[in-house]
Amino acid sequence: MKESQTTSLPRREFMRKAAETLGGIAVVVCASGGLGTLLADQQHKKGAPKPGVGGKGQQVGVPHEYDPTHHRYVYLIDVTKCIGCGACVRACGKENDVPEGFFRTWIERYIVSTDGEHVDIDSPNGGKDGFQPKVTGFEVAKAFFVPKICNHCTQTPCVQLCPVGASYRSPDGVVLVDETRCIGCGYCVQACPFGSRFIHPKTHTASKCTLCYHRITRGLNPACVDACPTGTRQFGDRERKGDPVWKQVVSGKVHVLKPELLTEPNAYYLGLSYEVR
Amino acid sequence: MGPEVIGFSFPNDVHVTWSLMIVMYPYITGLVAGAFVVSSLYHVFNRQELKPIGRLSLVASFAFLLFAPLPLLFHLGHPERALNIMVTPNFSSAMAAFGFIYGFYFLLVLGEIWLVYRKDIIDRARAARGFRRRLYKILALGVYDDSPEALRIDKRIVIILAAIGIPAACILHGYVGFMFGSVKANALWSTPLMPVIFLFSAITSGIAMVLVIYATVQRFAAKPISGECIQSLCRYLWLFAIVTVTLELLEVLSLSYERNEEWLVVSILYRDHLAFSFIGLQMVFGSLIPIILLGIVVLMRKYLTDPLRNMIAFVAASILLIQVMAMRWNVVIGGQIFSKSFRGFREAYRPELFGREGVVVAVLIMVAPFVVLALINRVLPLAYDEKREAARG
Repeated sequence: MKESQTTSLPRREFMRKAAETLGGIAVVVCASGGLGTLLADQQHKKGAPKPGVGGKGQQVGVPHEYDPTHHRYVYLIDVTKCIGCGACVRACGKENDVPEGFFRTWIERYIVSTDGEHVDIDSPNGGKDGFQPKVTGFEVAKAFFVPKICNHCTQTPCVQLCPVGASYRSPDGVVLVDETRCIGCGYCVQACPFGSRFIHPKTHTASKCTLCYHRITRGLNPACVDACPTGTRQFGDRERKGDPVWKQVVSGKVHVLKPELLTEPNAYYLGLSYEVR
Repeated sequence: MGPEVIGFSFPNDVHVTWSLMIVMYPYITGLVAGAFVVSSLYHVFNRQELKPIGRLSLVASFAFLLFAPLPLLFHLGHPERALNIMVTPNFSSAMAAFGFIYGFYFLLVLGEIWLVYRKDIIDRARAARGFRRRLYKILALGVYDDSPEALRIDKRIVIILAAIGIPAACILHGYVGFMFGSVKANALWSTPLMPVIFLFSAITSGIAMVLVIYATVQRFAAKPISGECIQSLCRYLWLFAIVTVTLELLEVLSLSYERNEEWLVVSILYRDHLAFSFIGLQMVFGSLIPIILLGIVVLMRKYLTDPLRNMIAFVAASILLIQVMAMRWNVVIGGQIFSKSFRGFREAYRPELFGREGVVVAVLIMVAPFVVLALINRVLPLAYDEKREAARG
């Protein structure tokens, strides 16, 4: 037994060295990580916020002259005008290359009985192919369509609990996902009270309505708004003076979905019935 | 074609985003926390009757800890970005805390194990030859001071680490419960009780797992099972099982009594969709039976022979392990069976068999800690060597 070898390093000395080594490793890891983030941030700034999954051949990114701090977008859905044609869902699917079986927007059909006890709701294929007439087992008092999209909430839980900050809210009020950072944990999908998010089966990242960010930053409407033949879906900017959509929201009788959750949606509804959740 | 839906679901709500892997994750993390609490009963609170499992529980906690993040990695859409949780954390996210809590706890358990085994490592480094000698020399980390004074200091640090470890283990698992409890969109998850329920069921599963491992190992090694140890574990297990089940029932009770919007969906969920896994597996088979069995062990001690008591304890602990697994399943999967429309349910979720998030992977992940435990046992014995201790004085 070589005693000299076995007692070469006193424990206190060892502890000190171990602490130094661990500290060193920690610094290197943090620094390299931080550098990566910084580089990513630099790239980020060049194109301002990047929308999520882009459509085929569609120019993803934001024009250089676009300043998100000069806009606050607002979305208004006039339920009384919707005919359930599904043009909006089809337009969204084409514009954003939405995978089959997943929806960035959809339409629900409500049929309510005269005694108010039966509420028949459906949304076949998200309303993409329109709605077929339906025979109900009860006398119908009213029936209506309700288009749904991401509510782009101001106090949104999806951004609050994204562990890596891939979900974020742009200064113009649009909730976006940076798919280069998303780790695909699905926490935001669980957190959205409206079912607006899904994990994209190809990119394996969170995907959702971007209000067609690539279009609205170029002064265009979201695809669903342009496709709507009845003016059900309306798109406005509350930073724009005299914006007709914002005027309807502030001066009209509007409603938001699940107001009790206090997520402060920026998608408003005109003529919404209480059956809708 | 998507899954079948009863009632009306939001069209994106028919997918079960959190799969079997996310059932495994809180289960394994719970075993980590629970086993650590058991080891602390010996190391901090000096329950001498638990000495036979003092080391076993600590090392078991570590073995499960090694594999706790694995289900998450299998689940992530982009596992290569997993470290971003620590590099670019979003501090308002509950999930972002995982890396830090896990890292802290990992170092703490590793440090405690090293100190607990230091004397053994030094002895073996001096006695062994060849490869084993080199291995123990590496494990000794160059420190060979085994004077009584040094060992006394070791013991004190172990107590401190184990004492810090208790709240750390509680935070580790309370945090897992918080991740579910803080999702206000989900009618089943969103309750402040959730972290508490997770915590207590974690401790229950940890005690049960240590009991099962101890009884099995002793049996296969043809060594005597300490009756005192089993009796004591049963007392703790009984207590924690009762508290766990009470909390789980309280949650259902308060939901049903408040009759809020949540109850619309949760009542149908339990009655129609989780009838087997919640009422049958979690409550009747998984809770009622072991609580009665453990009650017999604790209250009728003098009427039971040692082998009979050990067998009842083993059966009760095994059932409780199933109970906790069922609870994880019912929370994680149950919370995704219904839509946030509160009006629709998808068909039952069946995990795939061979896929990345499938049953085979889950079984392998569950087996892995035991393999590690067996390997560690070959290098650093999990049982205290009474003879050597006696010889050492």
